[in-house]
Amino acid sequence: MKKYLLKRILISIATLIVIILVLFLLMDLMPGTPFNDEKLTEAQLALLYEKYGLDKPLIIRFFLYLKNMVTGDLGVSYAINKNFAISDMIKGRLQVSLLVGAMAMVFGTIMGLLLGVVAALNHNSWIDNLCSGISVLGVSLPSYVVALLLAYFIAYKLKWLPILYNQKAPIVSLILPALALSVSPTANIARFTRSEMIDVMNSDYMMLAQSKGIKDHKLIVRHAMRNTLIPIITVMGPILVNLLTGSSVIEKIFGIPGIGSLMISGIQQNDYNVTIACSFIYSVMYIVTMLIVDILYGVIDPRIRVSKDGA
Amino acid sequence: MSVVDREFQKDDFQFAHKEGEKLIDTNYKATSYLKDVWGNFKKNKGALIGAIIIAIIILFALIGPSMNEHTYKSMIHGHECLTPRLPGIEKIGLFDGEYHGVKQYATEELENVYYWFGSDTQGRDIFTRVWDGTRVSLIIALAAVLVDVVIGMVYGLVSGFMGGRVDIFMQRFAEILNGIPTLVVVTLLGLVLPPGITSIIFALVLTGWIGMERIARAQVLKVKEQEYVLASKTLGASNFRLIFKEVLPNIFGQVIITSMFSIPNAIFLEAYLSFLGLGVPAPLASLGSLVSDGYKSMTTYPHILIIPVLVLALLMVCFNLFADGLRDAFDPKMLNK
Repeated sequence: MKKYLLKRILISIATLIVIILVLFLLMDLMPGTPFNDEKLTEAQLALLYEKYGLDKPLIIRFFLYLKNMVTGDLGVSYAINKNFAISDMIKGRLQVSLLVGAMAMVFGTIMGLLLGVVAALNHNSWIDNLCSGISVLGVSLPSYVVALLLAYFIAYKLKWLPILYNQKAPIVSLILPALALSVSPTANIARFTRSEMIDVMNSDYMMLAQSKGIKDHKLIVRHAMRNTLIPIITVMGPILVNLLTGSSVIEKIFGIPGIGSLMISGIQQNDYNVTIACSFIYSVMYIVTMLIVDILYGVIDPRIRVSKDGA
Repeated sequence: MSVVDREFQKDDFQFAHKEGEKLIDTNYKATSYLKDVWGNFKKNKGALIGAIIIAIIILFALIGPSMNEHTYKSMIHGHECLTPRLPGIEKIGLFDGEYHGVKQYATEELENVYYWFGSDTQGRDIFTRVWDGTRVSLIIALAAVLVDVVIGMVYGLVSGFMGGRVDIFMQRFAEILNGIPTLVVVTLLGLVLPPGITSIIFALVLTGWIGMERIARAQVLKVKEQEYVLASKTLGASNFRLIFKEVLPNIFGQVIITSMFSIPNAIFLEAYLSFLGLGVPAPLASLGSLVSDGYKSMTTYPHILIIPVLVLALLMVCFNLFADGLRDAFDPKMLNK
């Protein structure tokens, strides 16, 4: 276990360094300098370069950059909020983004489990087909298509919920975005739960429990559900990743002031620093998520630990 | 004396076979693997419907843009934002080009004009643009997945087959690359590369091949210990031959299934890029850029948004259904689930 843990952590750190290297090189290769002011004389430029350490060789600048990134100094914005520290811009936004993500995850898990269990208990009936149909739709529809449909029909036509983010009522205005984001987790979890549950229901120990006369609901909750839930953790990783990918566009559609919409503004207004800072935040979130999920697998299911060690 | 010395004569052995006594098992006729797969696939209604709809969409993507006189970039001044009008069906009150109670086509100039899917904010025909965009999206997705398959399969085959240090090194490299979120890779490349179809394909491939590589490697590990590979090895086959002649054909099914699942994913990523404004350059259309354009006038002219969204959604659902059916057909164990 220790070896596995160590290996996973080392790989994560290596990945992070590679990402920072790529981001740094991108910054360096971008045309122009941060001091694109024609009034500056050569001497002033030299002073500025010295002040920001830009006169040093590439390697040293990289380590400086690495140090800044790790300590949370993400540079300043050039276009969106001129000369404003990006780390300050991100602070409030991170919370909103995480809140939407968490809401989507909660929605998705509850609905997914429900759909999956209902489908499995009514195996091969029309209910099963209906649930499977819904999950195929959910897997295939991109979250932003769902978002557009929800925004058009529920928010614009029926006016049940606000179409744009409202700072005074964050939870209410985040319901639609979270719903749109939760479609893919719902479908993935439902599919997985269904096939796991069918496996479990057909297993010998379930038959034994049944023959011992355990009541149906107890059978399902105590014996079937428990054994179904464990493997579901294995699909959490990809699901969380999907959530990350979907969130930026969703934030843009609903005007949510989160990391994703900041990144899109960065792209659209050519603010490289902001784009790269947001990419960095996304990467860190991604790597940490994958690490946690991987470690969880290892803790929960020893088989994975062994096979991954061998691989 | 010794048995070995004896020379066999021509009539030493005779066929025991008797004329008219042929035994052919008609009840359990042997079927080829592909026939089996097709038989299983046919039973899956959803997959079959998916395949048919995909075929229809591809057909329209090919011939749709030339079905009327418009091109994807021809703008006609005065024809902006018209709602769909279809000849024939308009008589029953559907698709008659009515917009908030106003007959948009009721002017002299437009009386005999039909925009089947309506026109967009710049007076371009949505029918032509949608099918043209579908074509572009499909080209991007298919090309990206094809390159994924080639790179991923070669990488996975070599890594899995070689084993040992080579495998460890190659796997670590893939793992680190995989640790970078696709979203970030695709966005950053979209920023740096000149806009265009090739750049998008490149951005999609950069991390897309890793999934394929994993499948290929896992399959190789499963197959390479089997007797027929060992037999080939004892007969002196080279590594190259072992990998490409013995192992590759046996993992093909899995690879095809995975690539079918990757196509909708590639379409989605392309659409995502277009939504960020990093997609195909205007006036070229893709499904993503059409959705993104339509989104801007969603509340005033919903038809500009809804038609590309429908095609996109239909395409994604059908590819998923098709891939599902294919997986079940290749692996009959899944059928009873």
